[in-house]
Amino acid sequence: MTWVGNFYRSAIGKKAVMAVTGVILFGWIFLHMVGNLKLYLGPEHLNEYAHWLQTLGSPAVPNKGMLWISRIVLLVCVVFHIHSAVALTIVNRKARPVGYRDRDYLAATYAARTMRWGGVIILLFVIYHLLHLTTGQAHRDFIENDPYHNVVSGFQVWWVAAFYIIANLALGFHLFHGLWSMFNSLGLTHARFNPWRRNFATAFAIIITAANISFPLAVLTGIVR
Amino acid sequence: MELNSKTPPGPLANKWEKAKASYKLVNPSNKRKYDIIVVGAGLAGGAAAATLGELGYNVKCFVYHDSPRRAHSIAAQGGINAAKNYRNDGDSIYRLFYDTIKGGDYRAREANVYRLAELSVDIIDQAVAQGVPFAREYGGSLDNRSFGGVQVSRTFYARGQTGQQLLLGAFQALERQIALGSVKMYPRHEMLDLVVVDGHAKGIITRNLATGRVESHAADAVVLGTGGYANVFYLSTNAKASNTTAIWRAHRRGATFANPCYTQIHPTCIPQSGDFQSKLTLMSESLRNDGRIWVPKSKGDTRGPKQIPESERDYFLERKYPSFGNLAPRDIASRASKEVCDEGRGVGASGRGVYLDFADAISRLGRPTIEERYGNLFEMYHDITAEDPYEIPMRIYPAPHYTMGGLWVDYNLMSNVPGLYVIGEANFSDHGANRLGASALMQGLADGYFVLPVSIGDYLAGQFGKKVDAGRPEFAAATAEVQDRVSRLLGAKGTRTVDSFHRELGGIMWDYCGMERDAEGLRKARTMVRELREKYWREVKVLGEGEEPNQSLEKAGRVADFFELADLMCLDALQREESAGGHFRTEYQTADGEAQRDDDKFRYVAAWEFTGEKSEPRLHKEPLEYEEVKLATRSYK
Amino acid sequence: MNLTIHVWRQKSREAKGGFVAYKAENISPDASFLEMLDVVNESLIEKGEESIHFEHDCREGICGSCGMMINGVAHGSRGKAMATCQLHMRHFKEGDEVWVEPWRARAFPIIKDLIVDRSGLDTIIQAGGFISVNTGSAPEANMIPIPKPVQELSMDAAACIQCGACVAQCPNGAAQLFTSAKVSHLGLLPQGQPERYERVVRMVEVMEEMFGSCTMFGECEAVCPKAISIDFIARMNRDFIAAKFKSQKEISVGV
Repeated sequence: MTWVGNFYRSAIGKKAVMAVTGVILFGWIFLHMVGNLKLYLGPEHLNEYAHWLQTLGSPAVPNKGMLWISRIVLLVCVVFHIHSAVALTIVNRKARPVGYRDRDYLAATYAARTMRWGGVIILLFVIYHLLHLTTGQAHRDFIENDPYHNVVSGFQVWWVAAFYIIANLALGFHLFHGLWSMFNSLGLTHARFNPWRRNFATAFAIIITAANISFPLAVLTGIVR
Repeated sequence: MELNSKTPPGPLANKWEKAKASYKLVNPSNKRKYDIIVVGAGLAGGAAAATLGELGYNVKCFVYHDSPRRAHSIAAQGGINAAKNYRNDGDSIYRLFYDTIKGGDYRAREANVYRLAELSVDIIDQAVAQGVPFAREYGGSLDNRSFGGVQVSRTFYARGQTGQQLLLGAFQALERQIALGSVKMYPRHEMLDLVVVDGHAKGIITRNLATGRVESHAADAVVLGTGGYANVFYLSTNAKASNTTAIWRAHRRGATFANPCYTQIHPTCIPQSGDFQSKLTLMSESLRNDGRIWVPKSKGDTRGPKQIPESERDYFLERKYPSFGNLAPRDIASRASKEVCDEGRGVGASGRGVYLDFADAISRLGRPTIEERYGNLFEMYHDITAEDPYEIPMRIYPAPHYTMGGLWVDYNLMSNVPGLYVIGEANFSDHGANRLGASALMQGLADGYFVLPVSIGDYLAGQFGKKVDAGRPEFAAATAEVQDRVSRLLGAKGTRTVDSFHRELGGIMWDYCGMERDAEGLRKARTMVRELREKYWREVKVLGEGEEPNQSLEKAGRVADFFELADLMCLDALQREESAGGHFRTEYQTADGEAQRDDDKFRYVAAWEFTGEKSEPRLHKEPLEYEEVKLATRSYK
Repeated sequence: MNLTIHVWRQKSREAKGGFVAYKAENISPDASFLEMLDVVNESLIEKGEESIHFEHDCREGICGSCGMMINGVAHGSRGKAMATCQLHMRHFKEGDEVWVEPWRARAFPIIKDLIVDRSGLDTIIQAGGFISVNTGSAPEANMIPIPKPVQELSMDAAACIQCGACVAQCPNGAAQLFTSAKVSHLGLLPQGQPERYERVVRMVEVMEEMFGSCTMFGECEAVCPKAISIDFIARMNRDFIAAKFKSQKEISVGV
């Protein structure tokens, strides 16, 4: 298995790992967003969905088994996603010890240039999000096993909602560049499909961001109560 | 001194085989004990260094660029000739040989040219194997196009950058040898002198351009692949750094300089647009495949090209040379263009230009085809002139481009100084008085890949155990001379920049030793060049130090040598009382203005020996024997 | 036209550098950027100041010698990418202030003023940017037919002039566009197949010792004088990843 370490030691290897972990995280985020749409169907639907998640795979696996498996997978992905990003950032900083007085960008999008800061915001958000809606420590009115209540009462605090909106905008930018860039990192280039890569990234970045932002907005505007 | 060409006896087609069979060989296990210095890493030098490395020799390769991939061979656009006869249009080795001899106006050595034609086919094979992406037909086989002076399609090309692609092939082979340790590369090293020990070339003196240090390097043989000297004209299509210093220094150390007056003026260059101009840009000859050259029929016609009706245009090449038309050889096309401009029919603000018009080709073949063939050249023209050649005809004018003259070499590419080999444009050998298009790449690579690596063994075999080290007094003496020159240039502390002198020198050469020459002008030019040269050493202003990167100093040394060469060019042009190829003496022309050779008196190579700064060079003649080809007046009508 | 240029002057690798402002006067709009520098240099020498050192040679955009950051953009062209020597003064306006800096990267130490040492790019070629074929051992050129589109794509990559603009412009100081162009030029051709996977691994490893990594900013592509596509980077990544998933034995027999 030395080739694995060998592969990860190279920058291209790290980028590939970043892309694969990114895709997994993206897939999870997408499913998470789709599931959360149940918020609009009412408390029973959302809570039933939450319950289903906990008992998924039962009785083949114990209760919350699949949940924990997915949490471990996600955690591993997050660790590698961040580790590769940090390691590459260090390499890249070293590659240009003296910067330019004044440099201009011709092609790099705002999204591409803010991947690192966006990533930090998303990480901080995820930690807060877990404390807020999963474990409840950061929630002043947390009721175990009543996610609908937790979401609605949580978002009724305006600055919490604002933080969610900002974080999801950052996520949108991150996905806009990441979903496009991953094709290249994994060497997926094909004359016929290349034009679709940009559309794919743009579409999913917009869908996920729009849906995720709609939740706090719906609560703030009273559409969901 | 007798110049022996060492051409092997026997029928032309067997000479190269015979020569190879007669060469002494170096034992493969002894090859690594030989050090060979290669100066220059263009097509000739790069190919030679790589191939010598592959053979097992210990090679030291010197370039003044930061990387061997930047040599000026890279700028060749149009293509490389080879007698593959893939088009089944009647091409053959003999035809390529004959076209080249004829194109050179019967002033090249038969045996060398025949060998060049033979090797042309191997070059294509070698280049393809290295991964040179030559243009292909839809069926996957190699594509060809036509070039000036021939009626077959034998030119292989890679878009508009055949030179770069062929050079990358040689460069990659060279880098492979560097990685394997058989070649040691010395980038940013300029050769400033040749070291001759007991009559043999045994080393060079270089200046490290990154540090300014002057260094000695010893070897068993020295190979110069340092290109041509067209920059003597200041404005030429050569790269800015292209210079004569390496071969000129070797000339001063005893190597004879052959046919310096044979310079090629290329017909299709972008005209000069102002005094600031630092160089001229070539538009590939391949454009003449589809472009038609014309000027207005009447003098002082200031209408735009599109306003001039067909009946008032003079397609002068098609008119004068109906069978070759726009593909007449370079010297002929250039002079015809100059003639119409001298008549006052030139176009553009300066009146020094002719149209190269693609309107017909675009309407016949469609814009996409023209784009595919010449897209990058059209873009280049558009970028430089801000005019769109798809809409308005290009304006072109002749410019110095290539120098057929160079150090004299025998059939084995060795100069008259034993151990000093000269390859590519730096030697005089294959193009006579005029080079055909797409033949320079061919010659550089033939010399570098196939001739020199074999022929040098013949000399080296006799040098076993005669190693010389850089501690010999000859090295110290040469180093002292180099340093003395450097300090004289820095110490002149005059008032004028190097470039201003170079520009003035170029002006003199263009006016009196350019496309047309006459005895009176050449004598005048000699006086002017000498006066300017004296002024140069008194009044040149070179700032900075010797022991640091100093671009002014680099230029100053090169221009100093151009002065000496310029004088020799004029002298050579003066003694050659005939017109041949690129050398056109107005006194010697036929009734209809074509070059008039004098085969009885001037069928020889003029090789000049350096006799000292104050004395006239001594002329040696190598008679040219034609066993195969019957001398005739060139006709492209 | 008249402009002010602020040029980075640095006497040697170790010396401390800084910007110096110069007036560029009576410049023709038809002059190239380098010809403008020539004019400034002539006036500097006349005043007794050392000329601005910059690399240049062919001045027609093919040798790759020239290159400098002009107003924060490698080679200075914001429209169609071109080498510095092809940038003409008509792209500037009367009275413009122009900032001129050398390429900056750890792998490109400054030698003097605007001259940097780009030998790192040659080192990448030495690692494997070639087809191992000795002179004389080549088969007949038309033996291997190459489909025209494959040759065209290989040529797109081979057009690289090794100027280093991709590295200079990349916010990460990465040489991926250069390396991928070289890898793809050879890797696409049938002749390049036997060494395809070994080549990409060796070249990438050497590249990564000196340069940064790719984050797909696309800046390199935007300044490349030969408009080389970043799709070649994806191609290189694919070959590298594929090579890493192959056993040594598979690689050595070229499958």
